[in-house]
Amino acid sequence: MSAALVERKSRRTARPPINLTRPLIYLCSLLIVIWSVGPFLWQLSTSLQLDRDLIGDQPKLLPIPLCFDHFVNIFVAKDFHRYILNSVVVAGASTLLCLIIGAVAAYALARLDVRGRFGILGFVLAVSMFPQIAVVAPLYVLASTLGWLDTYRVLIVVYLALGLPFVIWVLFGHFRTIPATLDEAARLDGARPLTIFFRIIIPIALPGIVTTGLLSFIASWNEFMFALAFTSDINRQTVPVGIANFTDLHYVPWGDIAAASVVVTFPLVALVLIFQRNIISGITGGAVKE
Amino acid sequence: MTVDPGIKLPRWRPGPWLLLVPALGAIGAVSVYPVLLGLWLSFRNTTLSSPDDAFVGVSNYQQLFADGQFWNAWGHTIEFTGVSTFFETVIGLAMALVLTERFLGRGIVRAAMLIPWAIPTVVTSKMFGWLFDGQHGLVNYLGHFFGVIHTNINWYGSPEFALPTIIVADVWKTTPFMALLLLAGLQTIPASLTEAASIDGANPWQQFWMVRFPLLAPSLLIAAMFRALDAFRIFDLVYVLTGGGPADSTEVLSTLTYKNLFSALQFGYGSALSTLMFFTEIIIAAGFGVFLLKRFREVKL
Repeated sequence: MSAALVERKSRRTARPPINLTRPLIYLCSLLIVIWSVGPFLWQLSTSLQLDRDLIGDQPKLLPIPLCFDHFVNIFVAKDFHRYILNSVVVAGASTLLCLIIGAVAAYALARLDVRGRFGILGFVLAVSMFPQIAVVAPLYVLASTLGWLDTYRVLIVVYLALGLPFVIWVLFGHFRTIPATLDEAARLDGARPLTIFFRIIIPIALPGIVTTGLLSFIASWNEFMFALAFTSDINRQTVPVGIANFTDLHYVPWGDIAAASVVVTFPLVALVLIFQRNIISGITGGAVKE
Repeated sequence: MTVDPGIKLPRWRPGPWLLLVPALGAIGAVSVYPVLLGLWLSFRNTTLSSPDDAFVGVSNYQQLFADGQFWNAWGHTIEFTGVSTFFETVIGLAMALVLTERFLGRGIVRAAMLIPWAIPTVVTSKMFGWLFDGQHGLVNYLGHFFGVIHTNINWYGSPEFALPTIIVADVWKTTPFMALLLLAGLQTIPASLTEAASIDGANPWQQFWMVRFPLLAPSLLIAAMFRALDAFRIFDLVYVLTGGGPADSTEVLSTLTYKNLFSALQFGYGSALSTLMFFTEIIIAAGFGVFLLKRFREVKL
């Protein structure tokens, strides 16, 4: 080893280079948090401010004095609870059906010998990419023939079918991670496929199933176009349609809109924060490590 | 691991297909059959407000290609898809690179990033409508405050700024999700590779371009394609924020189709539009599906 190299090495250990990476990472992550949460916090602040403060010369960042008028207004004057009820019924029923039907299908694809399983999975994936505008008109015609317009069932069936590709893909992935030896042992003991499904697969995959259900619930809760096209009655319209129609004749009621946004988003945000780890592994196919 | 071939597993009849029937039936009834029905409608002059309902051949398509509104919407859709996918991929990648580092509070940052994704798109539209309001919007105020603008800008009320405002809203909503997808891709790259590069004297910039980027390229491509497919069918943001206006400056294919269907009630013409969109997407998706399946087979699921 030459003397120069030794000298350089010792100098490096003696005086480590100033590391700017750490502060930079903290700065960047702070920016990411502001970016992600900022607009929502502004919406929250808006929902708690007086109308006169909202249209003042200088926006107030904090809602002082606190005012709950907008929250009262959306329920009393705008019947917002009806939209919420409709959304709960539609999103809840479609998610439940989606999980049952999707889990059974994913089990068949992951575990039983289905010929052409990759063909089916590819087909299901392709279907999930159909532009939804391409099916809205024909479905409208079908729904009106069946007398299904302005019903819960039309939205439930549509959301069920829209959610299935996602549920099948994610649960297929989950079921594949369960060791096949478990069901082979059960098969040797004479268990039938559905017994294995209910007694072995479901209990082991339950956390994944719950997360998948949560994601498909959020998707149905947020869906707008089909709800807009298929419902015109406040007794059947869902939350996104309700919020989209929140305009008064003479001005835009930003405070009310903000209050409604907060009401429908808060549960989602809470759920997402509680289940965040599961959700991230759900949407990324389990690839994000801790 | 499979069972010893000497042991015979009992065979099951009538077979697992029965379990697939409900799912494939629902998908068939709500996705496949309507697409075919739409194709059929696109060759007819069906109008819900009149008794017209006859076969007209390809005349809807001829009319479409001669329609200035169609090309206007086509241009906006391509612009929106290209620009938003580009920014979402680039900013998403930057966010993902930050998140691969281990630091205190990383979990909180990751959780916060899920919020824009979870918020209903309709709410996002209204939220950005308020932020970018021409009179009392926070963005105009901050612009004044930092001296970037001197007069209030009527963001989504003016033809020149409306589409960019929609793109900003979409980038806000989708980038964090993109970042999480790319993070998943980054984490499959063994740390030993970047460590080795660092020992060889590569600086972080070189490490990224020479080691991580080439390995990440497939995930990046998949994520961007997914995003582009989704951006191409944008509806909610535009419909709620601008309704396609002002002066058709934000009209995209989905909103134009929707208006033809449910305002003009021209189901034949509207179906020609949506069928065209369908084929554009199916071409992209088919290429994508083949690519993805090949990769899946390679890793032998």
